Amino acid sequence: MARVVVDVMLKPEILDPQGQAVQRALPRLGFDGISDVRQGKRFELEVDGPVDEAALARIHDLAESFLANTVIEDFTVKVEEAAEVAEAAK
Amino acid sequence: MTARIGVVTFPGSLDDRDTQRAIRLAGAEPVALWHKDKDLKQVDAVVLPGGFSYGDYLRAGAISRFSPVMETVIEEAKAGLPVLGICNGFQVLTEAHLLPGGMLGNDHLHFICRDQKLRVENAETSWTGDYRQGQEIHIPLKNMDGRYVADEYTLDKLEAEGRVVFRYLDFNPNGSLRDIAGITNEAGNVVGLMPHPEHAVEPLIGTGRTDGLPFFTSILKKLVNA
Repeated sequence: MARVVVDVMLKPEILDPQGQAVQRALPRLGFDGISDVRQGKRFELEVDGPVDEAALARIHDLAESFLANTVIEDFTVKVEEAAEVAEAAK
Repeated sequence: MTARIGVVTFPGSLDDRDTQRAIRLAGAEPVALWHKDKDLKQVDAVVLPGGFSYGDYLRAGAISRFSPVMETVIEEAKAGLPVLGICNGFQVLTEAHLLPGGMLGNDHLHFICRDQKLRVENAETSWTGDYRQGQEIHIPLKNMDGRYVADEYTLDKLEAEGRVVFRYLDFNPNGSLRDIAGITNEAGNVVGLMPHPEHAVEPLIGTGRTDGLPFFTSILKKLVNA
């Protein structure tokens, strides 16, 4: 089993009021020097079987048609290395 | 025979019954459609009502867009079936790419509920024939994800083609670009808007006016004359 991560972010030109609300709270919490925050979504897909090119292509289609709305959002698809998964589980 | 207008109920729809009532008040026959129905029961038009289908998870309207009923609605809308999307229904229509652009969270991050003033910018769609162009109306608005966005090219195209159907007047309640409250597709049979005409069809409720009723009489007249 492998994990594929799909990250979805609003396109850069689109106003992200959630990110702005987070950013405005930062100085109050003592975090200075952060000029912008944008908030996105992360999907972790546990995939049965090998993540070969065909499987990745299908996940790309899934991300493009469903997980992201490409009218307003960009997305990236990446395979999490087995080692990373093991590390995260520690 | 009177016109039959379908109203789809998705899990989480709230305003389906109000919409059925508005259709009945206008003199047409409302037909309840279930999100799992692929068959549209030979209706002459479809309304996608307001609410929070699938709890607005993922994105507002994104999961409903893949329901069995929408497969048929998308196909039929492209072939000319009149479809009106109100609030969540508008979100479903943009997710289905029957209307351009997308809907995002209100710029102030709050749910909003108010009587909203609108200007009718296009009185020639299937759903707006009983209005006058330039007419100012008041109908209720209530939403969390009502911010209409599209790229500059799309916005310019909508304006140039007269496809902005309603614009917010006096107050932009959600940060929608160019004060857009509702739009139509190229053919004028598919219309989506954020405010709720079905809540302004009787003088005793909503705004105390019946400014929303012409939506439902417009489509009725259109179908009867077709």
